Amino acid sequence: MKTENSVWERLFNGIVKENPTFVLTLGMCPTLAVTTSAVNGLGMGLSTTVVLALSNLLISALRKVIPDKVRIPAFIVIIASFVTMTQLLLQGYLPDLYDALGIYIPLIVVNCIILGRAEAYASKNPVILSLFDGIGMGLGFSLALTCIGAVRELLGAGEIFGIRVMPEGYVPFSIFIMAPGAFFVLAALTAIQNKVKIAGEKKGKDMSKIQSGCGHDCLSCEKAAGCQEKTVLDGGQEKTVSNSGQGEDA
Amino acid sequence: MSELKKVSSNPHVRDRDTTARIMLTVVAALLPATFFGIFHFGLRAVFVVLISVAAAVLTELLFELLCKKKVTVRDFSAVVTGLLLGLNLPVSVPLWLPAIGSVFAILVVKMLFGGLGKNFMNPALAGRCFLLISFPALMTNFTYDAYAGATPLAQLKAGEAVNVMDMILGRTAGTIGETSMIAIVAGACILILTGIIDLKIPGSYLVSFTAFVALFAALSGRTVDGAYLSAQLAGGGLMLGAFFMATDYVTRPITVKGQYVFGIFLGFLTALFRIFGASAEGVSYAIILGNLLVPLIEKYTMPKCFGKGGERS
Repeated sequence: MKTENSVWERLFNGIVKENPTFVLTLGMCPTLAVTTSAVNGLGMGLSTTVVLALSNLLISALRKVIPDKVRIPAFIVIIASFVTMTQLLLQGYLPDLYDALGIYIPLIVVNCIILGRAEAYASKNPVILSLFDGIGMGLGFSLALTCIGAVRELLGAGEIFGIRVMPEGYVPFSIFIMAPGAFFVLAALTAIQNKVKIAGEKKGKDMSKIQSGCGHDCLSCEKAAGCQEKTVLDGGQEKTVSNSGQGEDA
Repeated sequence: MSELKKVSSNPHVRDRDTTARIMLTVVAALLPATFFGIFHFGLRAVFVVLISVAAAVLTELLFELLCKKKVTVRDFSAVVTGLLLGLNLPVSVPLWLPAIGSVFAILVVKMLFGGLGKNFMNPALAGRCFLLISFPALMTNFTYDAYAGATPLAQLKAGEAVNVMDMILGRTAGTIGETSMIAIVAGACILILTGIIDLKIPGSYLVSFTAFVALFAALSGRTVDGAYLSAQLAGGGLMLGAFFMATDYVTRPITVKGQYVFGIFLGFLTALFRIFGASAEGVSYAIILGNLLVPLIEKYTMPKCFGKGGERS
């Protein structure tokens, strides 16, 4: 990882450190609803990425113009405009995907990842960084949705991206392309990911920044009072103060 | 009074009952239904049940070894789960299916929630419902030997006549352990006589089921007579569910009032699913839905502490 606020750091932050699905568990509605196949997950993820990147860009550019009191309505208007554009483009050029995603495309407006990044990052940071923050978050979301979709499609239909993978005699578990399967797969993937992090930690690697669900800027964090891990800026050096053991921030 | 008294911490009253002893009694109580199923459906039933039991025990053992937890397979609870799941499968299922159901029941429903006593849902039934949703075609194919596929409940739903005597004896299509009402009730008597279960839940379940099924059937314009009601009572997994699964210690309410509420609620749901549902049977879904409501039922039926509540004078 490079310095605090570099383009690469933002991308890494969105894809791994604060992965919106597996770490922040934000945007659960599309995550659970549209990931019946890898293609749907990828389509949803990329549509959200486009909206996220562009809205972050515009909100960051307008951050000194938008009055603080009406910032949320202003953010929503900006986000909704980009969602409408995405929706019309999908309807025009990718009608199959548009039909598969259905109501969840207009619902990108209320995806809490987008408003969350606008509020937490784009409204306080420069344009280029905000753009890459949006791209990073969007790619993290796409990656997670594609993984969930691929596992569900593999078990529930024996295919990945529509290509037959399982042997001829495989009887698909149809529960995995139904609602309960989404919960099973999301939980299992989150558990595997936590396992990897905890194993890395035991080997002495510094995983604390990945482990914690939040970033490390506690000054602007509303939950700082009840936070288990506080970062205190001490003489320009960062120290992570751990109030209690790991994994108790449930 | 000069002799020394032994002073110890509670509990002071002990019983010979252990988890293993209770579970073994349940296994013994399930044997009549199991043997009838084997006799009725043939040798293949043995394999289905054995694979189901073996997969359940192995899953629990492997999970506990891999996670370095205390090995608890000797309490026989996994055997009960596997046996109940096996008895809830049609005999025609491919032999990998009971294994998958058992792995799901033990691994996901029981062990991931902390093992015996911490599962919020009956593992055997959750395993069955998992299979039912995943493989609807395999799980509702009741064809065996010379018999045609339809279960008595399906015939009843279609408005055909059924032979109630055959249903009580068990000479019908169905899952391995559910067909013979006599064998199941004989097993249930063992449990009741040894005091492992009482009649609160099964009794209120069956009574409320009869009442609601009569009401719903009349509402949907069927002629409700004694033959119809006894066929509904003897058919499907109702007896197995009422005596062996709704009474599961872990997933039933602990309060006395709560057990009656639970039984009545299960009767209501089962009747609702059987009469108005798409499928002819609804016992499994009724019981696992009831399991989910158990914390709520317990919260509202908790008895008052001595000295609390009542009017102040």
